[in-house]
Amino acid sequence: MHESHPSLAALRGRIAMLAGAAPAEAGRIVTGHGGIDGALGGGLARGRLHEIFAADAGEAGSAAGFAAMLALRARAAEMADGDADVDAHPGEGLLWLRCDEAERRGGGLYAPGLADLGGAADGLLLAVAPDPVALLRGAGDAARCPGLAVVVVECWGDPRVLDLTATRRLTLAAEDSGVSVLLLRIDARASPSAADTRWRVRAAPSRALAANAPGQAAFEVELLRQRSGIADLRWRVEWDRERIVFREAIREPALPGAVVPLPSRGSAAGGATADRRIA
Amino acid sequence: MKGALRLAAVDAQALTLGLEPGLPLADARARVPDLAVADHDPDADLAWLEALAEGCGRYTPMVAVDAPDGLLLDISGCAHLFGGEAGLVADIEARLAQSGLAVRHALAGNAAGARALARFQTVPAADEATAIRRLPVAALGLDSEAELGLRRAGLKLVGDLACRPLAGIAARFGGDAVMALRRLLGEADSPIVPRRTPPTIGIERRFAEPIARTEYALAVLGELAGEAKRLLEERKAGGRRFEGMFFRSDGLARSIRVETSRPTRDPAMVMRLFRERIGALDDPIDPGFGFDMVRLSVPLVEPLAAAQLRLEGGATHEAEIAALVDRLSTRLGRGRVRRLVPRDTHIPEQAQLALPAVAAPPPAAWDAAGPGDPPLRPIHLFDPPQPIDVIAEVPDGPPHRFRWRRDAHEVRRFEGPERIAAEWWQRADGAIDRPGLTRDYYRVEDARGRRFWIFRHGLYEEKADPAWYLHGVFA
Repeated sequence: MHESHPSLAALRGRIAMLAGAAPAEAGRIVTGHGGIDGALGGGLARGRLHEIFAADAGEAGSAAGFAAMLALRARAAEMADGDADVDAHPGEGLLWLRCDEAERRGGGLYAPGLADLGGAADGLLLAVAPDPVALLRGAGDAARCPGLAVVVVECWGDPRVLDLTATRRLTLAAEDSGVSVLLLRIDARASPSAADTRWRVRAAPSRALAANAPGQAAFEVELLRQRSGIADLRWRVEWDRERIVFREAIREPALPGAVVPLPSRGSAAGGATADRRIA
Repeated sequence: MKGALRLAAVDAQALTLGLEPGLPLADARARVPDLAVADHDPDADLAWLEALAEGCGRYTPMVAVDAPDGLLLDISGCAHLFGGEAGLVADIEARLAQSGLAVRHALAGNAAGARALARFQTVPAADEATAIRRLPVAALGLDSEAELGLRRAGLKLVGDLACRPLAGIAARFGGDAVMALRRLLGEADSPIVPRRTPPTIGIERRFAEPIARTEYALAVLGELAGEAKRLLEERKAGGRRFEGMFFRSDGLARSIRVETSRPTRDPAMVMRLFRERIGALDDPIDPGFGFDMVRLSVPLVEPLAAAQLRLEGGATHEAEIAALVDRLSTRLGRGRVRRLVPRDTHIPEQAQLALPAVAAPPPAAWDAAGPGDPPLRPIHLFDPPQPIDVIAEVPDGPPHRFRWRRDAHEVRRFEGPERIAAEWWQRADGAIDRPGLTRDYYRVEDARGRRFWIFRHGLYEEKADPAWYLHGVFA
């Protein structure tokens, strides 16, 4: 368990950042953020299940945005490997599965907004299932379809059908076909799962543009768990929509207490520092 | 009528007891104390008639419903398959008798004649022309005023009318009467409108004995799909829509339809969709006393050249995605698997159109924000927008604080307003001087970094107290 010691992990992340973005490794979704790629050994594994938790129900937009960005990264990785047709649309091969509940509580997926993130709307397939059972069944089918690059499964609440067995099944299907499955959990509690990585996403104050306008999307992402790897790390990332990569968010010097060291404590303590920064 | 319940229809036994349609229910009860009464439900009657019409698809593809209680079958070129006209009629009567139905039928050279003969013929006649001339004038199906006029003029039978000059009839009883008469006599066409157009490809199999299990019927459907593949290959075509019809021995039929996003003729894939569809049915297929015929038809056919498979095996990416779309659309429903297509409008909620993916809309290119701009449109859009309480400067200042879903949000950063006017040129009443309310959109970020898209619905000069709404959430 030495591997998962937080300070060691932080050091690794810092070294990775100093060394620059890791070279694109086959079978990895390179995020472009040195710290994250370093901690994950080159990026998120493709053809695996990754869980993304929204910090609370109000962060549904942030979690969905993070998933969409990872999907774009995955697509870019496929292009680099030459797996996909280069002239295809950037969103081709992306399926977004949702529930009726997500449509009702979180609002509909809005293509112009997705396009503003870098073109996820082009060729996107959207499927809306009536209930979690149909959702998981659809996810299983999609994870078995090698034509897709990424499947985003958006699941609200804690349905009983989404248990260890279900995630294990999804993982096996994803490993078989090479489709990356992003399981978006909103208003949910972490439960045992076979996911490769588990993330928690919350919005972070953006770097202001001229006239104090909100800037590029910024998040505080937390790596809660990693199968066979270090975990319990957090980063503040910003999305560069022109280059379609994540980058380290530059902190605002204007806010009091904005200088927060890189993750050096557990999640509970980390939460406290975040609060202090806001206050 | 005047609040009294009246009899809408009576059965044969009630007729012998002296009851007839239109009689008040109270009178009928007085005559027959133990009268069995059911509520008149025209919609259910029509649905039943439609179901019978579906079942009559076994005799001919040209079936039309003649509401409220008739079916018109065009049996040209079909009768010999059932042992001639007499054999066909006997088959229909035997089948419908299983459901307890009494049938009045007539065969004639045209639809109007057959319809009139079936409803009004009382005495047998040597041939069709004589029979029609002996019909009462009610068979013309005119309105009650014209019919009364004919009776008053002493014209009681169609034959009385047919031997008079048409000009005179037109002058006294209107052009409709002439048209109805000519149709009845076969001088004018009386086409029937079939319930469904005959499909390009339709193949069927009849069984000597009804089969009682849906599984077996599906296996036969699979064989038919294999035959359809051969027929489609000859035409270098593929089906976009497939329909399986299961005819029950008691005259009813059940149809199952599947749709594909690309033309296909692969029997395995078609059968997979059929099984998917049957698995998703709310009411499973009821074999009743067994199916005695299964038909597969391909109503929508598109050109499909033979495709080259990939050298290393397996299907192409597009084909795999298309197959997935078909499966999900079949299971979840056509409208639940969508592709998003842009529309040319400034109104945010109308800017995207979700089309069924199985209809294969052309891939759409979306415009993104300019270089250097942050995302200007939210990733989630609420429809309808969610009302919020806002503290903002009057008349058109930015919001300072707002409350949404019981949570207070302190606005730290904002950009706006982005003013979106109503589309006055689209107003239905053409009142372009009274356009809808203008919206002032703000992109705001709260203290915790969440980004929202909120708007004030109306300017202060348009409305005294404009409301605020939250329309979307940014990533």
